[in-house]
Amino acid sequence: MATIQIEGVHVSFPIYHATSRSLKRTVLAAASGAARGGRLQEDSKHRVVVQALRDVSFTLGNGDRLGLVGGNGAGKTTLLRTLAGIYEPVVGRLQVSGAIGALLDPNLGMNPELTGRENIALRGLYNGMARPAIRRLEEDVQDFAELAEFMDLPVRFYSSGMVVRLGFALATAIRPQVLLMDEWFLAGDAAFMDKARARLEDMVRGADILVLSSHNAAVIEEWSTRVIWLEGGRIMADGAPADVLHQYLGGPGVGGPGVGGPGVVGEHAAGDAGPEVTDAGGPGLEAPGLERPGLDGAAGPETGGASVGGTAAA
Amino acid sequence: MNAPHTFAAPPLEAVPSELLLQPDPSHAARQGLAVLDLQGGLRLWRLAWTLGWFDIRLRYRGSVLGPLWLTLSTGVMVGALGTLYSTLFRMDLHEYLPFLALSLVLWGFLSSLVSDACSCFQQAEGMIRSVRLPFSLHALRVIVRNVLVLGHNVVVIAVVYAVFDRWPGVHALLAVPALALWIVDGLACCLLLGAVCARFRDIPPIVGSVMQIAFFISPVIWRPEMLQGAAAAWLPWNPFFTLLEVVRAPLLGAAPGWGVWASALGFSALLCGAAWIAFVRVRSRLAFWV
Repeated sequence: MATIQIEGVHVSFPIYHATSRSLKRTVLAAASGAARGGRLQEDSKHRVVVQALRDVSFTLGNGDRLGLVGGNGAGKTTLLRTLAGIYEPVVGRLQVSGAIGALLDPNLGMNPELTGRENIALRGLYNGMARPAIRRLEEDVQDFAELAEFMDLPVRFYSSGMVVRLGFALATAIRPQVLLMDEWFLAGDAAFMDKARARLEDMVRGADILVLSSHNAAVIEEWSTRVIWLEGGRIMADGAPADVLHQYLGGPGVGGPGVGGPGVVGEHAAGDAGPEVTDAGGPGLEAPGLERPGLDGAAGPETGGASVGGTAAA
Repeated sequence: MNAPHTFAAPPLEAVPSELLLQPDPSHAARQGLAVLDLQGGLRLWRLAWTLGWFDIRLRYRGSVLGPLWLTLSTGVMVGALGTLYSTLFRMDLHEYLPFLALSLVLWGFLSSLVSDACSCFQQAEGMIRSVRLPFSLHALRVIVRNVLVLGHNVVVIAVVYAVFDRWPGVHALLAVPALALWIVDGLACCLLLGAVCARFRDIPPIVGSVMQIAFFISPVIWRPEMLQGAAAAWLPWNPFFTLLEVVRAPLLGAAPGWGVWASALGFSALLCGAAWIAFVRVRSRLAFWV
């Protein structure tokens, strides 16, 4: 019995390393001011905050196959990572019953320096398997991924198709009850896709949950029984594939990847994201600060000052 | 595509599990999650062991001597420094070299553990972002890796002891609880420094300099007995010295004094306390920081 319940979940990223993670950069940032442009905002503590998911709620049960659509930066991968328990929500509640298998990026926890066999062993150990079970896992993955003699070569020598096959075989060999999958797996060749489909269909028939994210409407339509359209970290539409895809493809948010980027606090969410995002805990790590009205205005003159200084120095 | 059904039934079932995340600012709730994290990490000790072992293997993959390079380079350093310093300090090589071999190997363990602790979570970024794992697993991996390096270096100590026939005798058993203390401290160190360094990228260089200064001001290459008068009274306040001494003294055939033990335990308690407070607070944010 697998279920996913997600209620009013907000996830936000403080982006330290881009701007002000180190002392040196903080000093440099003071000089460059708001020259970065208006997309990312700084809070009062000079932290850049991106609202990646805003008020996301849905419930999935046995046999559901959810497709996630949306442009680049719509929050699809963040939502998958949140469902996998990797990103813990700042606000809201997440409950997942059932073993989670996540195919989030082609390398997915694989160490490219290690051989295929070693990576398989690590995956087995991660699942608490004993040696004989790991041997079985190895055989199954080897057959499915058709790696043959490449098993004992480091994964970085694999072709991208082989990496995909290995990743997919690993994620499905130890049968999860909830499979979370990003679109990269489509990189496999046609023959592999048929095999992958057989395995996935069997899994989903076994009353389990599949959550798949993709840009590609055709893929989503083929695989899903329900579709959620995300844009700017928000659910724009949720329902039957045909309806949602129609809205997605015909709606104002279309225009291909890139539309509606991550919901940046201050860009179009200052008001509503604000009050809910509070208290993730402790000094230095409480919920991302909110945009201060007038921050842009305040930063303007600073930039001006810095550039004037620069000019003077020059 | 011959027979898809051949592969259609994955043979291995994952153990069903339950994941419930509810942002709850109460300290008890966060503490509970941190405890679960530690338990989960310890339950995955075999994974930690294999990861640590693969780290060593990867570092030396393709090299002829492999991890034996660790032993060899330590051996050469001990030989060279031992000859030089026994002349400088006018000490009997027979007395000094076993002391120096032991000190350098043990200090090497401590200082590489501390510097690895700083990159503990950042280094595991790929794993952290692709699958939910207990964060303590990455700390255990660092400890395993360093214990394995220490294991290779112990050979140097054994060789020096054998050459000079300076076996420590039954007192050496006292080093066992002291080493256990080191492991606990190492775990605390990884959780504390790993978290702080993931957030503040300026900390690792600071930690590096502190360790370097500590190496020179603590009795590592010089004997604690060489410090006379008032300065000697301050020795128990140097956590690097007392923590080193609880393991080193027994292996040189002497029991460390109560003052040394008290200091080592006191500083360890402080370290563990600080690590626990930091870990409980920031655990849920680590995935965003790395």
